[in-house]
Amino acid sequence: MKRASTAIVGAAETTDLGVIPHLSNLGLNADAALNALADAGLKPKDIDGLACGYLNPADVGEYLGIYPVWTDNTSVGGCSWMIMVRHAMAAIEAGLCKTVLITHGESGRSQIGGPHYDFALPGTLADQFEYVYGWSGAATMFTLPVARYLHEFGIGEDLLAYPAVVQRQWAARNPRAARKNPITVDDVLNSPMIAWPFRRLMCCLVSDGGGALVVTSAERAKDFPHNPVYILGAGEAYETSLSGVARVRDPLRPEFIRTSAELAFSTAGLACSDIDHLMVYDAFSHCPLYGLEGLGFCAYGEAGDFIREGNTAPGGRLPMNTNGGGLSYAHSGSYGIFLMQEAVRQLRGTAAAQVPDVKTSLCHGWGGFFSACATLILSNETP
Amino acid sequence: MTKRPPTPTPETQPYWDGAKVGELRLQRCADCGDAYSPPRPFCPACHSRDVRWFKASGRATLYSYVINHRPRADWPRQPHSIAIVELAEGPRLVSNIVGIPQTPADLKIDMPLQVVFEKLSDDIYLPVFAPAAPSVTVDNP
Ligand SMILES: [Zn+2]
Repeated sequence: MKRASTAIVGAAETTDLGVIPHLSNLGLNADAALNALADAGLKPKDIDGLACGYLNPADVGEYLGIYPVWTDNTSVGGCSWMIMVRHAMAAIEAGLCKTVLITHGESGRSQIGGPHYDFALPGTLADQFEYVYGWSGAATMFTLPVARYLHEFGIGEDLLAYPAVVQRQWAARNPRAARKNPITVDDVLNSPMIAWPFRRLMCCLVSDGGGALVVTSAERAKDFPHNPVYILGAGEAYETSLSGVARVRDPLRPEFIRTSAELAFSTAGLACSDIDHLMVYDAFSHCPLYGLEGLGFCAYGEAGDFIREGNTAPGGRLPMNTNGGGLSYAHSGSYGIFLMQEAVRQLRGTAAAQVPDVKTSLCHGWGGFFSACATLILSNETP
Repeated sequence: MTKRPPTPTPETQPYWDGAKVGELRLQRCADCGDAYSPPRPFCPACHSRDVRWFKASGRATLYSYVINHRPRADWPRQPHSIAIVELAEGPRLVSNIVGIPQTPADLKIDMPLQVVFEKLSDDIYLPVFAPAAPSVTVDNP
């Protein structure tokens, strides 16, 4: 394990989660930011770096009474807020700023305020080459390679049900999760068809909510109210345009996942065997399979069985998506911030479904439909 | 009900002009030979600006797909495929598979396909793919 340069010293989600009819996108960003600053014991004047997605950081800064000297507005899909952690790490190491607020808020369900992303405006390549074929949201695009995945690896559709079943077991332990009642594989397979082979229970929730983080140097991190969560390693990688799923070079073994993972593992000086807890962005139930395989936890084609056998379930050897995930906890459209919140809770020992003795947590997230990805390795220890 | 037609740009106009006369047009790099999509006035592999439009064979295979059971408001109310097809020339495209029941039993991975064109407006004919006739399924690109 290599020595960490930076740490997360503040972390919080929006006060409410699920349906929040009284706040806009901007308001949800602010609610999350206020909660994270309170968690870190900081005031607006203490923040000199600000990162947010889709919204203009100058707009968010003014609204929050923050006057940053560094901003990041990475907007490449749901993993953007994870990438902002990597960028904040670099900015702090370079001395560009000292204390970064990363904030996310999204009225995904209520659609209050804006922007609400139209990724296929007339005249874009997405409009001409993807949207025109009946693209009806992420469920019809992010899922496109999966029929071939099942075909080539000789896997049944039922293996797409297990991630939902297992994550519901985690959600049952979490009062804040949106869906807590137990479900079976048959329940998942018999839920309404959305986009074959994907049924409703294989697709994420649509929620209002958000979250925020405060990142600073590892040196300063011990002076904050909570134990630091050190950022040991970070990676990001890009594969295709946001909706360019047809152009992923190898749609069954996407190269960019391995690239991002290798960057994170090599920065951390760690390997898969060192990871105690895993969060993989689950917009749809194939996403954890692709994550487990691309990150190196499972051989290609074997992640479905790995989940079916209970390895990622409560009591399993690699607890994954312990908040219930996008499938059962919350998903506002961009889910990356929620992965990191649960990793921080597990590393602080404050999670609703706390896993014993978690020292390292790996978060892996997606942007677009296999367009971008990011990997973070976090720990409550540093050499 | 009318499906929303796409809005071409100067860089893509020759593609849509081709579709209107029943040709699937692609570009190939004169320097490195790469054939690619979507259109752009340079080669994404080597950045040569010496790229040429050509009429593709229209032959493809079904790489993967979903069957969308919740069609968009501007589409007919029946489940429809959204597919990735692999062209004989190499590039993979998003498209629809037509002329065949929209079921997993009928839509077979790797089945041979041939481009056909669906009229969306007076100017826009959309390249979609139908099962290939047996006579065009056997040869190589
Ligand atoms: Zn070239």
